Amino acid sequence: MRRRTALAAAATAVAALIAGCGGGGGDGGAAPGEPVTLKFLSLAWQKESISANKQLVDEWNTANPDIQVEYVQGSWDNVNDQLVTSFEAGDPPDVIHDDSPALAGFASRGYLLDLSGRLPAELKNDIPQAAWDTVTFDDGRGGTGVYGVPFLQESQVVIANKKLLDAAKVRIPTPADPWTWDEFAEISKKLTKDGTYGVAWPMKSPVNKVLNLALNFGGTFFSNEGGKTTVKVGPQEREVLQRIHDQLYRDKTADPSALGMGTADPLPGFYAGKYALLPAGVYLRQQVVEQAPDGFEWITLPPLKGTTSEQGATSQTLSVPADGRHPDEAVKFISFFLNGPNQAKLARGDWLLPTSRAAAGDPSMTTEENGWDVATASAGNLVVAPYLKVNGFDEWKSKVATPTLQEYFADKISLDDAARRLVEEGDKVLERYAR
Amino acid sequence: MRRALSYLALLGYLVFLAFPLIWLLSTALKTPQEMASLDPAWLPRRPTLANFADAFAEQDLVGSALRSLVVATASAVITVVLALPAAYALARHRGAVNRIAIGWVLVSQVFPVILIIIPLFMVLRRFDLVNTLPGLTFVHVTFTLPFALWMLQGYVRAVPRELEEAAAVDGAAKATSIVKIVAPLLAPGVVATLLFAFISSWNEFLFALVVLKDPDIATLPLTLVKFTGAEGVVRLGPLAAASLLATIPSLVFFAAIQRRLKSGLMAGAVKG
Repeated sequence: MRRRTALAAAATAVAALIAGCGGGGGDGGAAPGEPVTLKFLSLAWQKESISANKQLVDEWNTANPDIQVEYVQGSWDNVNDQLVTSFEAGDPPDVIHDDSPALAGFASRGYLLDLSGRLPAELKNDIPQAAWDTVTFDDGRGGTGVYGVPFLQESQVVIANKKLLDAAKVRIPTPADPWTWDEFAEISKKLTKDGTYGVAWPMKSPVNKVLNLALNFGGTFFSNEGGKTTVKVGPQEREVLQRIHDQLYRDKTADPSALGMGTADPLPGFYAGKYALLPAGVYLRQQVVEQAPDGFEWITLPPLKGTTSEQGATSQTLSVPADGRHPDEAVKFISFFLNGPNQAKLARGDWLLPTSRAAAGDPSMTTEENGWDVATASAGNLVVAPYLKVNGFDEWKSKVATPTLQEYFADKISLDDAARRLVEEGDKVLERYAR
Repeated sequence: MRRALSYLALLGYLVFLAFPLIWLLSTALKTPQEMASLDPAWLPRRPTLANFADAFAEQDLVGSALRSLVVATASAVITVVLALPAAYALARHRGAVNRIAIGWVLVSQVFPVILIIIPLFMVLRRFDLVNTLPGLTFVHVTFTLPFALWMLQGYVRAVPRELEEAAAVDGAAKATSIVKIVAPLLAPGVVATLLFAFISSWNEFLFALVVLKDPDIATLPLTLVKFTGAEGVVRLGPLAAASLLATIPSLVFFAAIQRRLKSGLMAGAVKG
């Protein structure tokens, strides 16, 4: 995290300097009649996903000799630093793959093209409003705009050891009748025996996970009154925090040694039967399919239900730079790249959920194999994550929320202390961004 | 007994040094199932080359390695060429100015690289060197030069001044004594500095990330990071395979010139 912060600081400083030196500017585009070449910065990194991306680009290039697309692979690890320098140097890629949290900052600085009014109706209508909400941001001039096309989303499901569930004779939940958090707690107790913990909560990066799940009980963690955003940790926000803590220290059904782990780290223990249930993003199924030992039986369970099954969501996005040389051609390419059938291919490659309604109906998205049916159904519970629209969220997350939640889950501070820190220290951070 | 203990300590040190490399090799040859096992084994149970195949198929490892090789070699040579005369002057001509210069070189090492990158970027912009390999080479030279200078002036100082004085007494001109007496004795120092500059450049990530905007001209560290995904999830197999390949040029370079790193050239040169 420190390295990322340092990188971001460096990139921003460099960007400021370049701006001071005067932008480079492009070459003005291709001459009339000459084919246009678009640079497409993709962040696909899974083998299947890279292959799906390249295949779609090849398809497009064959069908559109006048608009050729050059596939360039970036990395999630440093894409935003790379983009800031590119924007300021006046040479950004023509089509940019990123995620919605990053778009907010880029949009307010005027780096991205407002796509409202530019997208074909077919694409607009194929993606639900809840997904469009994740890419609609202030334009920095008092208005709002749509700064990307959302195409892949992630929900939190529960990946379970099927044999242990069967042995404990517990009810297998369905999307129509999911486990409630109470039921989940009871079942975790049943599954905790003979050296097996019911559940593992990897909380190395707890903030987004907790905030997304908190919506199960209506917890938003932020409120906005009179245009001023403040942190709130009331009864609704405390529910999920308290329930996870109870599993760790009261029920002792969650393995405390998993707390410091990253998302994928509990998998070896999961395969070895150390934990029966693993709350995780839907993409983790790919790792299970690739790594699980022969004969290991697993199942994807639908999201847990509190007062609702709603979860906060962000999106992976494709955007067009504001000062791009070929915005119309870029929009045409995006419209092709993210049509229903193509979104299904991209979603399969990344093991994520397509925003396209047509893609969600693709047979490969509704098959029982590898839990696709459950995963795809969970997309219906996704609503825009409240923190997505909060200026200063990144700093609140890294400086206040992450250490506070880690200490709380490590049982070093009480829930009251955690709540007080989240609010008091958090409000100071947000106040700076409101000026 | 003492000798046995020495060897034991040496063996321990060797194991300590070799462990990461051996583990990297072992990981690169394992299947995803074996990597996710709770009982990791030293030797892969079902060795596979699939990770290497994936790494090569998905990323331009060879191209990236060649670009890294060009940048690292150029950086190392330019650094030594620039540092050597400066180091000689600093070591041989004692005075307030030189002491301040050496102190300033040391101080420059405590600056965070984040601060150095900004003026460097301004200079690169001025000369249209952003997004070019010569630009990155320039940055790497700037980054390694102070420490290289510091290293080399230590080596120069270790060459007894009396040797040059003896050569002068025998009628050798200053240039002759430097070329024929001092330069051969400095060879180990030059080699060590070359190694330092080469490896620093070969492994460097941050400057490359900022200077090289176009992934088509990425160096090896920038290519390796493409095996990492969001939320800290990495493709360990291909990453280990590619990382293993990335260490080979450094090892080869080291093996090729390590014989020059011998000491004792000056033993007995000056009678005490």
